[in-house]
Amino acid sequence: MTIDSQQKTSKFRWGEMDEDDDLDFLLPPKQVIGPDETGLKTVIEYKFNDEGNKVKITTRTRVRKLASARLNKRAMERRSWAKFGDAVNEEAGSHLTMVSTEEILLERPKAPGAKTDETKPGDLSQLGGKGGAVLMVCRICHKKGDHWTSKCPYKDLAAPTDVFVDKPPGETSTAPAAPGPGGKAAYVPPSMRAGADRNAAGSDMRRRNDENSVRVTNLSEDTREPDLMELFHPFGAVTRVYVAIDQKTGVSRGFGFVNFVSREDAQRAINKLNGYGYDNLILRVEWATPRPT
Amino acid sequence: MRPILMKGHERPLTFLRYNRDGDLLFSCAKDHTPTLWYADNGERLGTYRGHNGAVWCCDISRDSSRLITGSADQTVKLWDVKSGKPYFTFKFGSPARSVDFAVGDKLAVITSDPFMERTSAIHVKRIAEDPEDQVADSVLVLQSPEGRMRINRAVWGPLNQTIVSGGEDAVIRIWDAETGKLLKESNEEDGHKKPITSLSKSADDSHFITGSLDKTAKLWDMRTLTLIKTYTSNVPVNAVSISPLLDHVVIGGGQDASAVTTTDHRAGKFEAKFYDKILQEEIGGVKGHFGPINALAFNPDGRSFSSGGEDGYVRLHHFDSDYFNIRI
Repeated sequence: MTIDSQQKTSKFRWGEMDEDDDLDFLLPPKQVIGPDETGLKTVIEYKFNDEGNKVKITTRTRVRKLASARLNKRAMERRSWAKFGDAVNEEAGSHLTMVSTEEILLERPKAPGAKTDETKPGDLSQLGGKGGAVLMVCRICHKKGDHWTSKCPYKDLAAPTDVFVDKPPGETSTAPAAPGPGGKAAYVPPSMRAGADRNAAGSDMRRRNDENSVRVTNLSEDTREPDLMELFHPFGAVTRVYVAIDQKTGVSRGFGFVNFVSREDAQRAINKLNGYGYDNLILRVEWATPRPT
Repeated sequence: MRPILMKGHERPLTFLRYNRDGDLLFSCAKDHTPTLWYADNGERLGTYRGHNGAVWCCDISRDSSRLITGSADQTVKLWDVKSGKPYFTFKFGSPARSVDFAVGDKLAVITSDPFMERTSAIHVKRIAEDPEDQVADSVLVLQSPEGRMRINRAVWGPLNQTIVSGGEDAVIRIWDAETGKLLKESNEEDGHKKPITSLSKSADDSHFITGSLDKTAKLWDMRTLTLIKTYTSNVPVNAVSISPLLDHVVIGGGQDASAVTTTDHRAGKFEAKFYDKILQEEIGGVKGHFGPINALAFNPDGRSFSSGGEDGYVRLHHFDSDYFNIRI
């Protein structure tokens, strides 16, 4: 029938279509004969051809029961069961059964042949020696040495909170007083964290090192970090030494910072080294941030 | 594969069952009408009207002529499959949770929930050949030691000699179907840690699989009740099924339905997961439901399976050819 209408549209304008359709009533109804024992089915249709003459079209098809290969006799019989219950007066447009428009795949947990992938993290940790496994800390679930952050099984769950969990860079290098990165599970508000900006002032660098940090100024140009380390470590355990280097010229800018484990050591270093002559210059050593005291 | 979506139920699905020939699929839901579908194209053939409560379970006789359904309206009904008419009603004083025809369809095992002062029990009923001769008397009644705990599923063991049950107390029990004696119990070490939600037999009745809220499914020997395999999921398991064709099991579940609206949609993991039965390794997952999966069933030919979810949909999946060539 679709072919029929196509032919009409090619011949007539759409405005004339209605009149044309009326003519279909004049045609004898479609006849279906069979399928008979040999599986032959005959369909007789009538329609108007391009010249407007009535044409009889007889289509003979052989019907084969493909289903019989799979269904037994009883199941075949059940095919012709009458509908019952609510299915009897089911509206044609209810569409209770639909074929999914979406192609659903059997999603493999890992792609075929990806077994090598699984062993990779293990290899890496072996290469990295004993510390390797500890290095592999998942930033989402804080599990050590089990998987990388990108492979975390709880990734989906933690995705929105990820932003908050993410620590300020370099937190691990600061303040032993702060709780270890692996050890905490409870939520700590940003203002209470180790790297928090409690004075709401100062650069990013100073903020993260304000614990027992000592500023050393009036350094000579060729003073480097090992030199400062040598100078300060007799006073106590030093966690960090930094000398400001000019990015462009590569020479020292004449100041640096030294972090001590304990406040007392830092105080002693300040007392001793402030005004100390070092490399033909007189050092100025003071607390890096203005103390509340 | 493109699954066929069947939206015949208005409430969450509870159970799915194929007949032995694999051409009919019966679905039970919390709305009151079990529904019969053609298992190949998903066309609805009829509904069974008569229950007045959620229908928890059903079973179909081997010749596909009789259907038994257990409902929360405290009745179990026997139906003529073809006409959709009930022909007998067993009345219980409490909701019926699970039903299972014995081999030969002469007996049926029915579990009833604890309700008011009644304790949970397993009833064995005789199913008469002629509907006229059907009587309501129980042949045997088994009382669970944990009477206040629900028995979620009871099925017949090999040759109808035993009855295997599992429920909220997380213990699997094997009973003598003749005397009613408790023969075996799963021990604390091997057994589930949380309520058992589903229990499904293998095609040859030699072993069965149980799913539990403790996020595992376990495979057991049906005669000796020895733990054979454990499949670990990351969500509570509501439904389990064993493939009759390949060495696969499929388990489905998802977080508790009451938590769905309060958490991110990705947390639900409402997928049917396929595991290698022997290696216990996950093969893959089939997604699609919008709620936890409550029911799973393999077609007896092993070439398709259907899943029923809390979302009220039955999804009928005919496997692609690549499913049959999966290598681990």
